[in-house]
Amino acid sequence: MISVLEYGVGNIGSILNMIRRAGHECAPVGSPEGVASAERLILPGVGSFDFGMRALADRGLVEPIKEAVLSRGMPLLGVCLGMQMLCEGSDEGTLPGLGFIAGRCRRFQSTPEHPIKVPHMGWSSIRPTRDHPLLADLAPRSRFYFVHSFHAVCADPADRLAAADYGIEFSAMISRGPVVGAQFHPEKSHRFGMAMLSRFAGLSP
Amino acid sequence: MRPRLLPILLLSDGGLVKTVKFQSPRYVGDPINAVRIFNEKEVDEIAFLDIDAHRTGQGPNFALLADIATEAFMPFGYGGGVRTVEQAQRLFGLGVEKVILNSVLADDPDLVTRVANSAGSQSVVASIDCRRSWLGKYSVHVGGGKRSLGRDPAEYVREMERRGAGEIVINSVDRDGTMTGYDIELVGEVASAVSIPVVAAGGAGSLSDVQAAIKAGASAAAAGSLFVFHGRHRAVLINYPNPDELDAIFR
Repeated sequence: MISVLEYGVGNIGSILNMIRRAGHECAPVGSPEGVASAERLILPGVGSFDFGMRALADRGLVEPIKEAVLSRGMPLLGVCLGMQMLCEGSDEGTLPGLGFIAGRCRRFQSTPEHPIKVPHMGWSSIRPTRDHPLLADLAPRSRFYFVHSFHAVCADPADRLAAADYGIEFSAMISRGPVVGAQFHPEKSHRFGMAMLSRFAGLSP
Repeated sequence: MRPRLLPILLLSDGGLVKTVKFQSPRYVGDPINAVRIFNEKEVDEIAFLDIDAHRTGQGPNFALLADIATEAFMPFGYGGGVRTVEQAQRLFGLGVEKVILNSVLADDPDLVTRVANSAGSQSVVASIDCRRSWLGKYSVHVGGGKRSLGRDPAEYVREMERRGAGEIVINSVDRDGTMTGYDIELVGEVASAVSIPVVAAGGAGSLSDVQAAIKAGASAAAAGSLFVFHGRHRAVLINYPNPDELDAIFR
C-alpha cells in the first residue's frame, strides 16, 4: 500500500491514477495518524517552498514524517517540490526544509554561455549516478517530465542518485537511506514513471 | 532538452472537433478514446480547449475532464471558461497540470496573477490568438478570434509574463486548421519578447513546420490537424511521430 500525502499543495489525483493503473494499492492520507501508520509515503507538491513547508506544519505533519522515516525507516518518495522539501532549505524561501538530505535548492540561472528559459519545463533523460532499487532496469531511452525553477544541490555528492542536464548538470533524483526524491513527475511520465512508481511500491523498511 | 510537441484538441459538446480559421468545427472523435491513443503514442503533453465554455458561460465540463485526467499519463493542460481561482483549483485537483487562460484575460488580466499565486506560475498558461491585418500588423483577438483588443502581441505577452504566466501559447487565427505552416514571424516576435517558454500554434502541416517554429524561438510546438488528420482528404486518423522521428527533426 502506498500512501499519498494530501496537504493542499498540488494535486494528487494523477499520482493515485497512475499507481492504480500500475496495479498497486494506494490511498490519500492527510493526518498525522495517517502518516504514522503509512507503509510507504509519497510526498508530492507543486508551488513555492515556504507554501509547502507551511502547509505541512499547519497540519502537524512535519514531526510524524520525520518520526516515521528516522525511527522505522518508512520509504519516503518526494516528488518535485516534495523532493526539494527533503533538503535543508531553498533559496526560494526562508523556512527550513525537512532536512533528510543535506543541501539547499538553488534557482536555475540563465547565462550568456548557456541561455535557458526558466522554469525547466519538458522531457529530459536522466543518468543514474549510483545503484538504487527505483532505478533498477531503467528502460532504454527513458525520459521524464520536469517542471521546476529550483533544483537541489546536495552537500554530499553521494546523495545524488541521478543527474540530468539543463544548462548545467543538476540532480534529477536524490536519496539518503529510505528517503528518495525525484525532481520530475513520474505520474506524468508515461510508462517510464509508472515503472518507477511500481518499484517504489516494492520498497520495504 | 528536446522541444516539446503537443496536440491541442478542441472540445465542443463533449466531442472533439477541429476548426479552420476558428470556423466550421468538424467532429473528429471522442476525447477519452483520443487520450488513450495519445497515451500509447507517448505524447509529450496534451492540451484540451473547450471552444464553447467561455461564450456560453457554462465553464469547464468537470465531469468530462475528470474522465480525461484519469487516462492522461502525460502533462495535461485545459483551457475554456475558467474565470475564477476556485475553478482553476478544482481543475488542478482533478489532475490538470496547466490551466490555459485566453478570452477571460481581456477583462480580468489579474486572473493570471491570482492563479499563479495559488498554484505557481508553471500552472498558468496565457494563450493568445492573433490575426494579421491587411497592412501586416498583428493584433490580439479574443472571443474565438472575433474581437480585436487592438493590442500588439509582443507587448501583450510581456504583460502576461509580468503578471505571472509561466508559459505562452501563441496561436494564429489565420493559419488555424490550414496546415500551411506556423506564422513564423509572429512566433519569433513573441518568443523574443519574453523569457518564459512559448508554444507555437496554428497552421502546422508537417514536421518541418514544427522545426521552423522551434528555430524561430518557440520552446514547444502544438498542432491539431497534423495529429488528427491523415492524407490529402483529411481522413480522421490520430497520429504522432515516434521517438526516432522526433529525435531526427530536433537533432
